[in-house]
Order: sequence, then C-alpha cells, then structure tokens
Amino acid sequence: MQQKWLFVITPKTKLIDLNLKEVWQYRDLLMLFVKRDVITLYKQTILGPLWYLIQPLFTSVIFTLVFNNVAGIQTGGIPPFLFNLAGITTWNYFKECLTATSDTFKKNEQIFGKVYFPRIIMPMSIVVSNLLKFGIQLLIFIAFYIYYSLYLGSSIQPSIYIFLFPILVFSMGLLGLGLGMVISSMVTKYRDLTFLVSFGIQLLMYISLVVIPLSLFQEKGVEWLVMYNPMGYIIEMARFLLLNEGNISQFGIIYTGVSSILIFLLGIVIFNKTEKTFIDTI
Amino acid sequence: MMEDDVILKVENLSKQYRLGLVGTGTISHDLNRFLARIRGKEDPYLKIGESNDRSTKGTSEYVWALKDINFEVKRGEVLGIIGKNGAGKSTLLKILSKVTGPTTGAIKSRGRIASLLEVGTGFHPEMTGKENIFLNGAILGMTKKEIASKLDEIIEFSGCERYVETPVKRYSSGMKVRLAFAVAAFLEPDILVVDEVLAVGDAEFQKKAIGKMQDISSEGGRTVLFVSHDMAAIKSLCYKSIVLNNGSILFEGEVSKAIDKYLQSGIENSNDNTKIEFTSQKSTFIREISLKNHLNNSTKFIEMGQDLIIDLILFCSENKNDLKISVLIVSSSGEKIAAIRSHESTSQRFQSNNPIRKLNIRIKELNLMPKDYYLTFALAVNGNTIETKNEVIKFSVFENDVFNTGKIPKGNFINYYMSEWSIE
Repeated sequence: MQQKWLFVITPKTKLIDLNLKEVWQYRDLLMLFVKRDVITLYKQTILGPLWYLIQPLFTSVIFTLVFNNVAGIQTGGIPPFLFNLAGITTWNYFKECLTATSDTFKKNEQIFGKVYFPRIIMPMSIVVSNLLKFGIQLLIFIAFYIYYSLYLGSSIQPSIYIFLFPILVFSMGLLGLGLGMVISSMVTKYRDLTFLVSFGIQLLMYISLVVIPLSLFQEKGVEWLVMYNPMGYIIEMARFLLLNEGNISQFGIIYTGVSSILIFLLGIVIFNKTEKTFIDTI
Repeated sequence: MMEDDVILKVENLSKQYRLGLVGTGTISHDLNRFLARIRGKEDPYLKIGESNDRSTKGTSEYVWALKDINFEVKRGEVLGIIGKNGAGKSTLLKILSKVTGPTTGAIKSRGRIASLLEVGTGFHPEMTGKENIFLNGAILGMTKKEIASKLDEIIEFSGCERYVETPVKRYSSGMKVRLAFAVAAFLEPDILVVDEVLAVGDAEFQKKAIGKMQDISSEGGRTVLFVSHDMAAIKSLCYKSIVLNNGSILFEGEVSKAIDKYLQSGIENSNDNTKIEFTSQKSTFIREISLKNHLNNSTKFIEMGQDLIIDLILFCSENKNDLKISVLIVSSSGEKIAAIRSHESTSQRFQSNNPIRKLNIRIKELNLMPKDYYLTFALAVNGNTIETKNEVIKFSVFENDVFNTGKIPKGNFINYYMSEWSIE
C-alpha cells in the first residue's frame, strides 16, 4: 500500500488555482508584510507618517486653484476643496494599489527567487497596507468635512447610503489588485509596461471624474469618455456617498461590480500562470 | 514496504532554459507555443534543447539545465548534492522548493519542503533583528505563534543577542547568516533544503550549523538535501550523495564514492590539466609531467595523507650519466614547502640508451593541509642546472579523516602531523 503524496510538483497548471487554504496558512506572513510596509516606508524621514497627509492635501489645494478657480469648473453645491479631496483620496487608494502591485514580480525577484510562499500574498499585502494609508487620509477628509460644515456653515451632509462605503472600497481594491496582477505578470517579460503604467495612470485620472464631475462630461456631450471606465463610476459613487452629490446609475453600479470581479479573476488566472516560471524570464 | 519510507521522489525531471536575451524573438516564440497548445500539440521548442555544457559552444538557443533526473530520498536521510558550477544543482533545488516549475517530469513529496537557499532571504535592512526573525520565519512558512514560542532559542542559537533590537543593515554579513540559519534551523519541515549557506559563517558557527543539521536528521527524523562544494561537510553529513554533471545524474550512491566521482569529473573539463607537455630545442629537457593519485588514476586531487605520483618524461639525446631532478612543493602563496631531490633520496642515476626516459616519483603520505599547491621542477646535468619549470602544475589536497577520529584537521596551516597522546 502506498501512502498518498502530500503534494506533487508538475509542469501542468490548472486555470484557476487559487489555493485559499494555503493563503490562509500564510496569513501571518500577510500581516507581517503589511507591518513591514508600514514601519519601513517613512524610516529616516523627518516628517514620517505626516507625508500620508501632505500628499492629498497639497494636491487638493493645487487642483482647487487650477481647475476650480482658474478654469472655473463647477462642483455643484459642495465646496470645490472638499470635492477634490474626496476624489483624490479615493483615487489615490486605487492608484497606489495598482502601481505598487504592478511591479510585484520585478520588485520581489530576489525573495521570490529563493523561497516559495503563495505569491499572491505579496500583492494582497500591498492592498491591505494601502488600506491603512487610505484610512488615515480619510480621517483628514473627515476633519475638513467637520470644519466646513461647522465653521463655514456649508450645507453638506453624507448620503444615507454611507454604510455602503466599505463595499465600494472593497471593489476598488479588487479592481486595483486585479489590474495590478495582470500588469505585474506581463511586466516579467515585457518591461515596456512599467512605462505605460506610470504615465497611463495619470491620464486615466482625468477620465475618472477625479477633478471634472460627470455632469460636465454630460453637458459637453463627451460622456463616452468616461462611460466604460469603472474607476469613473467608483469615484462618482464615493463622492455621492461622502457628500451626497453626483448622479448614480444602476448601470454604473452593476458595471463596476461585474468588471471589478472579472478583472480580479483574470488577474488571478494570469498571475498563477506566471508565478510558476517567472523567475526564468524576468 | 520500503516504498513507504520514500519521502521524496523525483521522476524524469527536466528543465529547459532559453539562452541569450529575452527580446524581440520572445513574442514570436510565445505565439508559436500558444498555437501549438491550442491545436493540442507539444511545445515545439522542447525538442531542440541541448545538454548544458557551459564551456562548449552550442547551436541551439535552448538548453536543458536538467535532463531526466530520477532519484528518491528516504525519511531521515541526508542527501548530498554535488557538482561543478552550472551542473544544475541550484536549478534542482529551485524546482524542489517551488520557486520555479519544471519543464517536464514530476516531484512527489510526502512532506513539507522548506528551503534555505541563501543568506538572509527577505531580511529587511531597516527592521530590527527581532522583527526580521518573525518576517523571515513567516516567509519560510512558520506561523507567528510558532516563531514566538521559539524566539529565545533562535536568538540564542544565532549568538546575536546584543543586536536583536538593532536594524539588520548594521549587521556584519556573518551575523546575517547566523540569524538566517538560526531561523531556518528551528523550522520544522519534513524536508529541509540547504544550499551552501554556511560558506560565510566562521569556523565555530559552521561547526554549530553542521551539528544542528545532524540533529535535525538523526533526532528529528527529518530529511535534509544539502548542496555544497565543501567536501568535508558533505562527507561528515551525508550517507548518500548524487553527483550532477551537465544537468544529468553522473553518480548516485555512497558519499565517498560520489566525491571521488565528482573530483574525477572536474578534471575532464578543467583547464588546469593533470598533464603538461613541453617541447624544446635543447638536448636535454623535461618533456612531460603528469600527476596521479595513490590509485594510479590521473588526477590533481590528492587525499590528505595519501601518495602523490608524478610521472616525468625526460628527453636526453646524449647518454648523460649524471642527471639530478628536484621537485619543489610550493604553496599557492609562493612559499617553498619541501624539496624532493633525486640525488638526496636515491642513488639512481636513471641511465638508459633510450633518449626518452620515463621516471616515476612517488611522494609518500603527503602531510599537507587541504589547499592548492604547485610543483616546481629542476633538472641538472653534471652539476649544472639546465632547466627549471617554476610552478608549472597545480594539485589540490582535499580533506580526509587522516587521524581516524572523524575529525578533519582544520586551520590555515601547511602541514599536519600524526601524534600520540597519553596520560601518565
């Protein structure tokens, strides 16, 4: 009688091979990677974690000056600064998830070349540690929110659906992770993509409703520019939930949900295919 | 019943690599592969690979880093894997530790495999030693709880107690190895894969590490796959060994035979020959020098305490009657260690009518420490030195249990001596 093999290594791979049990076994590693990212990011800087706050604040100030004061973009009933801060904070989470995960393989070549652990732990840890950063930035948003409504007397209020906000963040995480995994897998062979990502993401921001509201696109008859971009819907929904401003369509909600899940699944398939042999091609 | 003992089985394992740059050809090859796959055919590039011999020029872009490897490891066994650079050792270990996949074949395992492939994998320079122990342990597959319960032992074993709260970037390379090995040593996998990690540590730590590996296999009943160029470590740790050469298994079996096989295989491809030939216009000269070990095999590797045989071919057009030959053993740093002279050691004058004279010199029981040495030859006729060949040929002495104590003499010395000890 032959005892069963614990595992077999072969060249064949299943299409979807997300071994959740294994990922669960390595959950401590996930948390340690998160901890590592957080404590080492701002080591030997003077301002330290304050950088988390400076980035979105300054961007919002500049955007408000340029797009709202100079270019005269209308933001409806809400103060332009809050409008921009909400958009930028949300957009930043997606952007950080995407850019950080998209060079997973290249950046971790050293460690991936030496030991095995479920590779997906790495991009997942990035999404989680960015969540932390997102949380801190959201606090700043809340602080300004309170300041605006109490001291400046702006008539702003969150939507009654605000409790759905975590779902939105989750779907944004899925989207960023999925897209990041697709790109990181392809970067192992075709380095061109790193350049594409770094400037593509900047262009994408302008058609993701971060600075220009959907209403303006509709007004000018160029709605098609943002129609097929799930991130556009996410930003618009985030602003709707946080500031009760903007228009939400049923199509948008379904389109965003479905595309996030599809891109995430695609990411897993490609990522799994790559993780087996990427070390030979990178 | 024996089958049940096998914890790891490698079947027809092969790994193909593409040489040269990953460039514009990549997309077309990828497309061809893809087309072949959707038509249900075999990968077109699998057929054209060549064996992987780095020193010869090949015609194919694809090489086999490993080709049809088959072996089994039993529970509790320590298997040594030896081979020259580029023989496929690291590729094999990488496939075993799931870092990369095989091209064909399979590995079947009944236990968890953990690898210790290189120093400080995943150490983050900005984090403290303690934080890195946790991170490194988790990377190797331990849970936080497991690490926490062994933390004190790990720190003690590493001998870096004073530095655990210091960022790892301030550590010396030796300390990093110590810490890394300490974490891995307390890992409890069924199969531990170790790849030359010990090369950096000092003698004391190497001893400690080897002892720990012995414990792991003998007391823990766990299996160790050990790759090293250090034959003494291989000899003291392993029962069984496989020798890889150009991607295939050259030999599998008992460790001392495997080492012999490995050292032999080194010669065939090595640039330093065991034989050198000279031509000259002179009437008397050294024509050929070749080295053999005590078993009369051509080799430049001599075991400690064994005989070195030098075959010398002289050309003497005249029947010179007073030939003196001197052989000098010179250390690799240029120190003259010993002279073996024909006129001192023997009354022979090597007379012959044949202009080609073959001489055989047997230097008995070399009491040299494991290192590389050179030989210098001098030839004198009628009291005049007519030829010297300075450091023309190299030989290496390798470790051997000369004292029969299981302990190999260590240290940066030239000679060792037999001694007798007693107490009154």
